[in-house]
Amino acid sequence: MSEKLLKVKDLRTEFFSSKKSSVVAVDEVSFELEKGEIVGLVGESGCGKSVTSLSIMQLLKDTPGRVTKGEVIFEGKNLLTASKKEILNIRGGSMSMIFQEPMSSLNPSMRIDRQMIEGICLHTSLSKAEARERAAKILTQVGIPDPQRVLKNYPHQLSGGMSQRVMIAMAMSCNPQLLIADEPTTALDVTIQAQILELMKKIQKEQGMSILLITHDLGVVAEMCSRVIVMYAGKIVEEAPVEILFGNPTHPYTQGLIASVPKLGSGVKVLPSIPGSVPDLSSMPTGCRFAPRCKYASEKCRQQEPELVAVNDKQKCRCWLKQ
Amino acid sequence: MSNTPKEQEKSNLSFEENYIDENIIADKSSRTKEFIKKFMKRKTAVAGLAVIVILVIIAIIGEYIAPYDPAAYDYDNMLAGPSAAHWFGTDHYGRDIFSRILAGTRLTLGVSLSSVIVGAALGTVLGLLAGYYGGVIEMLVMRSSDVLFSFPDILLAIAIVAILGPGIINVFIAVMVFTVPSFARIMRSSTLAVKSSLYVEVAQSLGCKDGRLLFVHIFPGTIQSLIVNFTMRIGSAIMAASSLSFLGFGANVTDPEWGAMLSQSRSYLNVAPHMVYLPGLVIFITVLAFNLFGDGLRDTLDPKIK
Amino acid sequence: MSRYFIKRLLQIIPLMLIISIFVFFFIHMIPGDPAKTLAGVEASVEEVEAIREEFGLNKPIIVQYFDYMKNLLHGDMGRSLKSNLPVTEMIASRMQYTLRLVFAGILWAPVLGIFIGVICAIYRGRALDHAGMLFAITGLSAPGFWLGLMGIEIFAVRLGWLPSAGLDTWKGYVLPSLVMGTGIMAVLARYSRSSMLETLREDYVRTARAKGQKEFIVMFSHAFKNSLIQVVTILGLQIGGLLSGSVITETIFSIPGMGRLLIDSIFYRDYPVIQGLLMIFALQYVLINLIVDMLYGVINPKIRYD
Repeated sequence: MSEKLLKVKDLRTEFFSSKKSSVVAVDEVSFELEKGEIVGLVGESGCGKSVTSLSIMQLLKDTPGRVTKGEVIFEGKNLLTASKKEILNIRGGSMSMIFQEPMSSLNPSMRIDRQMIEGICLHTSLSKAEARERAAKILTQVGIPDPQRVLKNYPHQLSGGMSQRVMIAMAMSCNPQLLIADEPTTALDVTIQAQILELMKKIQKEQGMSILLITHDLGVVAEMCSRVIVMYAGKIVEEAPVEILFGNPTHPYTQGLIASVPKLGSGVKVLPSIPGSVPDLSSMPTGCRFAPRCKYASEKCRQQEPELVAVNDKQKCRCWLKQ
Repeated sequence: MSNTPKEQEKSNLSFEENYIDENIIADKSSRTKEFIKKFMKRKTAVAGLAVIVILVIIAIIGEYIAPYDPAAYDYDNMLAGPSAAHWFGTDHYGRDIFSRILAGTRLTLGVSLSSVIVGAALGTVLGLLAGYYGGVIEMLVMRSSDVLFSFPDILLAIAIVAILGPGIINVFIAVMVFTVPSFARIMRSSTLAVKSSLYVEVAQSLGCKDGRLLFVHIFPGTIQSLIVNFTMRIGSAIMAASSLSFLGFGANVTDPEWGAMLSQSRSYLNVAPHMVYLPGLVIFITVLAFNLFGDGLRDTLDPKIK
Repeated sequence: MSRYFIKRLLQIIPLMLIISIFVFFFIHMIPGDPAKTLAGVEASVEEVEAIREEFGLNKPIIVQYFDYMKNLLHGDMGRSLKSNLPVTEMIASRMQYTLRLVFAGILWAPVLGIFIGVICAIYRGRALDHAGMLFAITGLSAPGFWLGLMGIEIFAVRLGWLPSAGLDTWKGYVLPSLVMGTGIMAVLARYSRSSMLETLREDYVRTARAKGQKEFIVMFSHAFKNSLIQVVTILGLQIGGLLSGSVITETIFSIPGMGRLLIDSIFYRDYPVIQGLLMIFALQYVLINLIVDMLYGVINPKIRYD
């Protein structure tokens, strides 16, 4: 087995509405990421996938959220106990992140060059002029034809696709080991989406980094990932290599998700959907969190919560039916 | 709003009414409770409210509980500092300042409150119409408030008094006019916001008439910003009215208006500083109470700011 | 950008025209015969007629307005009823004092206000935040005339450190600038706090942190600079507010500025002077807002590069 780049163990993140009362947004989340691997983290909105990524990056400041339990081990170092300085070195250096809204993720009152140089200078010993050269080079790599012009622009002068390319370039500028991409294509037009995904794949191949791809779009997962983690209501419900997940989903929730994706030529007129909606974080059902929406749910499911267990040597599932 | 069961019955008949009211006043009683609970957590706002309640009570019964006749001269006790007999001291005619403040509460609060109420009503209607109809009405309302806004703060009130001449009624008119443009602007922008929201579009598409749309559907949606601005404006109205009185434009010198009391104290600054400190302190506490209360209301009604 | 500036500059002309119409017609709506006032009580009918002729008061009001505007463009605002001096000269000699006061307020209040607001936002919910906001709401609620009188009582009468009137030495500016600036400081502290809080929630602040940038630089070079763009938009209103503050400040500290002239003219019903002053106050306010808008254009790249 190759070396593990990132190990998340038993992560719990809570959101505090006051000092005493809180809701658990992410619970018992454990997974691993190997070098050079693209892993998808999927689930409906509000299932805790973005909170998981922000917890890994330690970017929960200015939200009421706080990691209250678990370990995030990146390149052998536990980020939750690391010093502020160590975190600042890792963030944007060996671990970087791109976000859902490229347009609002760039500082509107700063030119692109300053925003890119800022990151490069923080993590390398390059001079400003050298950093600028490097920024231009990376912009070319992400498919921007005239990097010199873009460098002089302000964000509002760029389109959404361009902005996301700039964001990717910024994230790539210090050769990260891990790129966390939080819904990187959701806010973009369909044609641009395909281009950005293609670009990410290309860069991943060239640089050999790992990508944690957070998305609600199973099509994107099928296209990009080798392994998939499915989250529901703050917990992982299934984990499997991508072909196994699509071929043989074990958790009823995953089955529902896959069945609701339209397939070309299948002739199905009405797509099946999962009844009900994600439970409110403050009033989680006892027992399996999916039980209220699950057509197979039994009395046991409603009373006792199942564990995430291996159903075969490649697949894990959190469901009483498989235990 | 529908109150009697019969009216309720009638409104239940129309589909759009059901659809919309669900959004606006869903579960009214529990939302009121929730609101009160949240508001009570803000201690400074509750303190502000308590002071306001006390002030209103004083405004009603102030003259009856005053220890002295607020207008009675006492030439043996002129400019006396605070003592057991005269808690806040006496003024240059020997009148008891504490009694004058109690008796003046009605005048000061009355002028400010009534001018804000009338100004707010006018501004609200103008803002609603401007936001809803747009076009010429909007242009007229907005340009006029631009003009009024060109005389910042109390300068507008002073300008109006400059034209109408001094006097308490003119102060009322001045503060009222000074209140109108702020409401017109706020109501216009929240009307525009509510107007484009989904539930109003639904009502419109279902053929709801203008007047009904405006007052049944749009107005309730803007009421939060209205309440918050209203509370905030009372503070500035008290400030404006007492500033005018201080400058000598408002109440008669014989009236126990707080600002007017301060105005006279200027000449006795050397010998009787209590004439400055205490009436001013009362104005300060009153304005502070309304501002704290308004802040608390805003934070409770609009949690995204905090 | 130059198009934005030219557009803003051109918007002033109609606004000033409307203001002049408002001021002129309202002043002429006032009951009473200015010619009789001017001539005095003992004047004969012929004398009153002569004055009416001389001042053009017998012409239709529209014609009077155009005459007034024509003269205004030549820098002539008529003569004072009280002193018979040209209004333009009277205002010109007073203006420097008012501008000095406004400047004394601008010097410290916005800077301190924005500083307090930003610090409160950074330390949101902690003791420092509560203290800062309590300070701000206190400043907002304290009447300027009260602060000024207390300042005189403490620092001039009791301690003798500062003069109680006039702007002869730098010491003379201390108390007036305090009275001028307190309100603005408070408003800006509150506004820049909420604007900074809003900015801190922006995606690009998270991006800056994701780069591994130090918290201090995230705050100042990413968050603060952008929140300042919002704060500048209300700066014009606030600095304009200083103009109205000058009326009170000049009265308290016996400074012979435009505000004091306005008050005196109101008592004497010296309409040409009132009219001229109102026009100048409005013009100054409009110009201040224009300058602030231009500043906004300079610091906001969205406008600069359109």
